[in-house]
Amino acid sequence: MTLRSNVPSRRAWDTGQHSREQRLAAASRYARGKLVAHHDATALLEAVLRPGDRVCLEGDNQKQADFLARSLAQADPAVVRDLHIVQSGIVLAEHLDLFEAGIARKLDFSYSGPQGGPLARALAERKIELGAIHTYLELFSRYFVDLTPHVALTVARCADRDGNLYMGPNTEDSPVVIEATAFKQGIVIAQVNELVDKVPRVDVPGDRVDFVVVAPEAFYVEPLFTRDPAQVTETQILTAMLAIRGIYEEYGVRRLNHGIGFNTAAIELLLPTYAERRGLKGRIATHFALNPHPTLIPAIETGWVQQIHSFGSEVGMDAYMRARPDIYFTGRDGSMASNRLYCQAAGLYATDLFIGSTLQIDLQGNSSTVTRGRIAGFGGAPNMGSDPHGRRHASDPWLKAGREAADGQAGLARGRKLVVQIVETFGDKLVPTFVEQLDSVQLAETLRLDLPPVMIYGDDVTHIVTEEGIANLLLCRTADEREQAIRGVAGYTPVGRGRDRRAVEDLRARGVIRRPEDLGIDPLDAHKSLLAARSIKELMHWSGNLYDPPRKFRNW
Amino acid sequence: MVTITLRYTTRGPASGHAPSAIVGVVASGNLEVLLERALPDTVCAVEIATPVRGYDEVWQAVVADFVERTSPGGLHISINDGGARPDTVALRLMQGIRMMEAGR
Repeated sequence: MTLRSNVPSRRAWDTGQHSREQRLAAASRYARGKLVAHHDATALLEAVLRPGDRVCLEGDNQKQADFLARSLAQADPAVVRDLHIVQSGIVLAEHLDLFEAGIARKLDFSYSGPQGGPLARALAERKIELGAIHTYLELFSRYFVDLTPHVALTVARCADRDGNLYMGPNTEDSPVVIEATAFKQGIVIAQVNELVDKVPRVDVPGDRVDFVVVAPEAFYVEPLFTRDPAQVTETQILTAMLAIRGIYEEYGVRRLNHGIGFNTAAIELLLPTYAERRGLKGRIATHFALNPHPTLIPAIETGWVQQIHSFGSEVGMDAYMRARPDIYFTGRDGSMASNRLYCQAAGLYATDLFIGSTLQIDLQGNSSTVTRGRIAGFGGAPNMGSDPHGRRHASDPWLKAGREAADGQAGLARGRKLVVQIVETFGDKLVPTFVEQLDSVQLAETLRLDLPPVMIYGDDVTHIVTEEGIANLLLCRTADEREQAIRGVAGYTPVGRGRDRRAVEDLRARGVIRRPEDLGIDPLDAHKSLLAARSIKELMHWSGNLYDPPRKFRNW
Repeated sequence: MVTITLRYTTRGPASGHAPSAIVGVVASGNLEVLLERALPDTVCAVEIATPVRGYDEVWQAVVADFVERTSPGGLHISINDGGARPDTVALRLMQGIRMMEAGR
């Protein structure tokens, strides 16, 4: 064997470093120290970007680097072109304008909520070359493997002259994006609301930040998690009662994540009332991986909730969270700290239950929020709504679910995460929630996607809750049983009316399907008086007026 | 606006003695149900006025289940629908029956 370690290498090992130095040199004429005037933002971007660069333009679930997005959209497409956008949220119109102008060509993302319609159109017109629609953890992971950004455009509440950034409650995706970019010799540019002498706390250290632009206006934050209790329907209250009685109580679920829909808001508002009467305080719903939902305030104030870690923040919750450091994670400065990567990992590995709503469920229990002409993306639900095969710690709910799935078969003891879909059988405009085939299958064919976008795969779903009852899929032993269990809670939808009545009654006798009356719940008791708060104003009162609701939710 | 009229023979009369009851409101996604004790003991008639076309089968299924479950003999039921979902329809009908039982 020949040792060749003494042969000098001919290749350069620091091309990234050289590229970075060239970019910084090109940008230097616009900067004084790290500071760049806002009217030079577009010129700065033209100086640092190279055709084909991977760029993360945050683009989070909630906060938006909206000024930098506008500045990039104004760049000269002859100079800045063919960018590969790698960011979790496609939320602003400017994000799609980049593709229209040819500034960007390729896209890898997670979530597109408000731009779901325009995004589907742009894909159909082949204006975007789509890599994949990811879950958050998946996209963040790829930042460190094959989607490392060359340039990250981030957003913070304030910065000092050294580039130290304070993001406050909306830290969100930034630490992971900036870590991947900065340590791979990329360029990090931050838009901030103001420049200060000393930041309240350092969320991102200044030596990872190259340029700071004070934006003319404060950055936009999407209020995604505010659910007005006045909009909660009696049917949603009924499904919430079913979930509390038939799942939370049944399995003793203490560690969990909730989706953002009205059904789970109803659960939050029933903890201090319905669940309290059942004597469940301290036995269920104590530890959350959850955004700061205003509808959880009454449960916090009555001592139900012990701890919450959050992916991001919610508009209007700052002062309340600051006053409740025993509940929320807060910095030495007192303000709440969020982190989407950490919280997603927490929701995946350290909770026993995910419960959320969806727009479509098929006969195998696969679910999707893609409907004709709209690609909403995934966000976090697929991570939290999956059974993590990497989990190795036991808990009572996890073991009980595992026993139900094992059906008394001998073998290694193994648990299961509870993954619950809670829906009403019909959605808006009488559109059935239960379908023979997900719209996303058709959409994947039309757009020639490699995979139909599926929010939660049927084999991860353990329970489906509707106003008709609970289907426990852990107890189904064949594909046919599973289909009938789903049809058996699908109400008056065509899928529900297509049930084999006898098979469904057999499943009910075995406890695979449980009706409200089987759980001692009278649907007529599902009344708005059961909600701990019946309006946004009452939530504000519960909080001791610390919660400051966004204007669009103030109707008094 | 579409009108659907359904007529059933029931096992017996609706319980209670209230002559009439009204539940719900006419609003988007909701409905108003007026129940009147006006027919022979084993007859139930349901008249639905709805702005939504093409859901006759769903209405038939919802009302048939309701009649089977509650035996609302003697009742003339008028529904003024605002595009309510079947679960809301079923809930309002049950609330109406309870008011007919409770009222005097």
